[in-house]
Amino acid sequence: MTTPQKAVLEAEELTRIYRSGSRMLTVLREVSFTIAEGETVSIVGPSGSGKTTLLGLCAGLDAPSSGRVRLAGEDLSRLTENQLADIRNRNVGFVFQTFQLIPTLTALENVMVPAELRGDRKARDRATELLGRVGLGDRTEHYPTQLSGGEQQRVALARAFINRPRILFADEPTGNLDAETGATIEQLLFELNETSGTTLVIVTHDFELAGRTGRIIRLRGGEIVSDQPTSDEPSRAWITS
Amino acid sequence: MWILNMAWRDSRGSRRRLALFILSMVLGVAALVAIRSFGESLSRAVDEQAKALLGADLSLESNLPFSAHTEALIDSLGGEQSRRTSFTSMAYFPASGGTRLATVRAIEGAYPYYGEVETDPASAADTYLTGPNALVDGSLMETYGAEVGDSVRIGARAYRIAGRLLKTPREATAVMLFSPRVYIPLEHLDQDLLATGSRAEYEVYFKFPEGTDVDRVVESIQPHIDEFRLGIDTVDEMKSNWNEGLTNLYRFLNLIGFVALLLGGLGVAGSIHVYIKKRIATVALLRCLGARSGGTLWVYIIQTFTMGLAGAILGVGIGVGLQGLLPAVLRDVIPVEVPFIVSTEAVLWGLGVGVGATVLFALFPLVSLRKVSPLRVLRSDVAQEGRPRLDVFQVLIGLLLVAAVVGFGVLQSPTPLYGLAYAGGILAVFGLLALTAAAITFLARRFTPSFWPYPWRQGLANLYRPRNQTRLLMLSLGFGTFIVVVLLLVQQTLLSQILLADDAGRPNLVFFDIQPDQLEGMRSVVDSSGAPVLDEVPIVTMRLSRVKDLSVDAIRADSTIPLTWAHTREYRSSFRNYLTPSEEVVAGAFIPTMPDSARAAPVSLEKDLAAELNVSLGDTLVFNVQGRLIETVVASLRQVDWRQMSTNFFVIFPEGVLETAPTTYVLLTHAPSDSASAALQAAAVQAYPNVSAIDLALVLAVVDSFFGRIAFVIRFMALFSIITAIIVLIGAVTVSRSQRAEESVLLKTLGASRSVVFRITFIEYLLLGVMAALTGLILAYFAAWALAYFVFDTVFIPDLSLMATALLVVVAGTLAVGLLSSRGIYSRPALEVLRAAG
Repeated sequence: MTTPQKAVLEAEELTRIYRSGSRMLTVLREVSFTIAEGETVSIVGPSGSGKTTLLGLCAGLDAPSSGRVRLAGEDLSRLTENQLADIRNRNVGFVFQTFQLIPTLTALENVMVPAELRGDRKARDRATELLGRVGLGDRTEHYPTQLSGGEQQRVALARAFINRPRILFADEPTGNLDAETGATIEQLLFELNETSGTTLVIVTHDFELAGRTGRIIRLRGGEIVSDQPTSDEPSRAWITS
Repeated sequence: MWILNMAWRDSRGSRRRLALFILSMVLGVAALVAIRSFGESLSRAVDEQAKALLGADLSLESNLPFSAHTEALIDSLGGEQSRRTSFTSMAYFPASGGTRLATVRAIEGAYPYYGEVETDPASAADTYLTGPNALVDGSLMETYGAEVGDSVRIGARAYRIAGRLLKTPREATAVMLFSPRVYIPLEHLDQDLLATGSRAEYEVYFKFPEGTDVDRVVESIQPHIDEFRLGIDTVDEMKSNWNEGLTNLYRFLNLIGFVALLLGGLGVAGSIHVYIKKRIATVALLRCLGARSGGTLWVYIIQTFTMGLAGAILGVGIGVGLQGLLPAVLRDVIPVEVPFIVSTEAVLWGLGVGVGATVLFALFPLVSLRKVSPLRVLRSDVAQEGRPRLDVFQVLIGLLLVAAVVGFGVLQSPTPLYGLAYAGGILAVFGLLALTAAAITFLARRFTPSFWPYPWRQGLANLYRPRNQTRLLMLSLGFGTFIVVVLLLVQQTLLSQILLADDAGRPNLVFFDIQPDQLEGMRSVVDSSGAPVLDEVPIVTMRLSRVKDLSVDAIRADSTIPLTWAHTREYRSSFRNYLTPSEEVVAGAFIPTMPDSARAAPVSLEKDLAAELNVSLGDTLVFNVQGRLIETVVASLRQVDWRQMSTNFFVIFPEGVLETAPTTYVLLTHAPSDSASAALQAAAVQAYPNVSAIDLALVLAVVDSFFGRIAFVIRFMALFSIITAIIVLIGAVTVSRSQRAEESVLLKTLGASRSVVFRITFIEYLLLGVMAALTGLILAYFAAWALAYFVFDTVFIPDLSLMATALLVVVAGTLAVGLLSSRGIYSRPALEVLRAAG
């Protein structure tokens, strides 16, 4: 585990309430934590525990009902939609369970999107290089439908790193892959993370994957039930709890 | 730059579909460009050929032979001169025995000086004046099987037909329908035809030496013109008259063409709506990766802009091509040769309108993309929290669209009120169609009968399932049906008005210009044919000399009192002691005979005429009856149904006043058949060449033919709307193809047979077609009623068989297009579809 330095992500008393018909549903309740630059963290918990909601709030994709998120030094609650978009573009990388590639774009173009959005003239070179690093140097012109699931996730990985984000959010990155392919992706994820020094936040069910991060935050019923370094984790019983 | 790249990349795989959306705009643009470009060519042609419209530099005309004073004036004007005397008379073709009322133009001199009389053979136009020859309207010759070289009789004289008359200055073909032309030399005219009581128009045409200031000439003779009540026409006047008429025509066509553009716009909005539904995941992802909401919106605006531009270019191309067709379509109503000129202005305008309308209509659904939450990448079920709020931009775009429709309507209509009525009408029809669509989806969802067989229930359910296109199709098909059926219904109503008159016992054949000494003879001609003499009506021609206390000359001189046609016209009045079924007294009392004690004759006035003259019961009018002044007092006002085939009059005198005045007679009869009518007319004309006849069959044929030609023009324009509606339908089906394919595969997987799946689609389009057609028909019914009642002032007679036919055609068309566009969907293997869906 790296020594925590400057905080890159701070969650303060985050509460998220959804309206479902006439009912109010509290999905997250006063969740607080801080993640330092370079840290690797897993957010784990059973279905419906609020993991994905928490990820959405931390990445500025959604606004909390109360509480505050500071990402890369910015208080997200003070920002407009477009400012949030800029923050995400410059500081955040994403890897999703369902890959989320744009079907009409080639592998290379998919990787280029975040760099092009910030006006990076070297987007193509960097995307080509990253695709090479994930082992897809010969498939740059293929469309997502022409790639296997594992290949698609590798494209997504390359895309996540193209803007050298300060923090990377991965939502069940191996959830849609078979064990072998999942392991490869996992390997790549940590490799890329290590070489680029990015903070990594993984939402997962996979205890092995969670075990590779330095810290595990456990959620249940919208509340943090534990938050400790992986080495202190007493058991892996949470997976079934 | 990113936006442009993204717009291009994102369109991959959808370009063909996008192109189809845009196709719906193409015809609207094409129609508007064709009309505008043609309009400009036309107005240029009128400018260039203005002299040919009049055929001379100046013309003077009068309803009476020119007086000695006027002759002296004509002499003093110099230049080259031609005379023309025109009147209606029967043209009799001895070879076939056919006879028909025609406008005879007796000509002396080299008129027309500009433009030419086109004849077949071409030389006939130059040679017919050399002897007793005639040029006869081509269609008239065709009707009676006459050939060049045959003879035609006008009055007591026979003429050799020197040629077929094809085109003449001052006359559009459509006008000739009402009264075909026969040109003869003035020197060979049977002067008896110009006897007292006959109406004739005497004209003299001038061609001045090059450089003559015609305006100054007109100015110098103006006092004389006023004094002798001469008509005067100059090239400039002809030009402005025609320009006014053509502008109205041009605007009218534009208004019809605009409907196609609107329908196309709806097609675009509908298709883009479905298109962007499939793009929401991409938009959410882009937002998640840091794209600004405006940026993602621009990606799609640029796509639609590009497609709109492509569509507009195609539309302009087609429009320019169509422009070549318009002269043929409008041949009968325009007086000049229209050259094919592509107007740059029209092309630019078409591009602007095409792109503008596409983007505007597309923006309506597109702006909702701004609200796509990036959170959707994590959970696709992100629902709008709270009540969906009204999107300000959508409201603004909606208002802009309404403003555009109103603005176009007002700009293209003769008065702002008509423009507002046009825009209001269109918006109301669209609104009602949209409302009906909403009601249908609502009712279908609520009250699907549970006892219906499965395909029926499923087909009905398709009308309200998510991403349904019920509203779009209701609007496009319904409006297409509406516009065509309104046009047909109005045409049928106007025609059946005339048909109604064809009852036995009511007159269907009228002889007029019968001199008093011919009356007895005419009676026996009619008697011997077996037809009844239904009525004999005396006619006395007169002019108004004084209205109340003011002489007509004084009114003419006083610019503060409006001088109308009612003051200056020549009145053909009658006297009788009874009212006819086509008239009704609405004020005062009809006085049948002249009271002994009265000084002024108590007359009955038609009520609109009274309003025009601004007189009411008790006011006095003095008529000049061929030199003798007769004082009258308004004793009653009548409402007259002018549409009936009978003799109707503005002014009716009591018995005992006009009996000694120069009189001609009209004789009304009923011929049992067309052939009996033709034989009777031939017999009458042979016995009395000056007597003219008009029969109901002829009136019907003329009106029918006239409507046919106008309706052809209108239908030509309405065709654009129909084809656009079909394109919108094809587009709508294509857009939902993948969804349908998935559904059908799923149904098949669950055990539905192919025929069940087919039946579901069949029923869906059947229901859509029936409802769109019915709504369109009902709206058309009311619109046609309103047009008949308010505009044509007549009773609406709905043609139910026409409506039933329209229903069948629309439903069959919808089914055919819907099923043809869906073909292939049902035979796709399940795996292929499911894979594509993933």
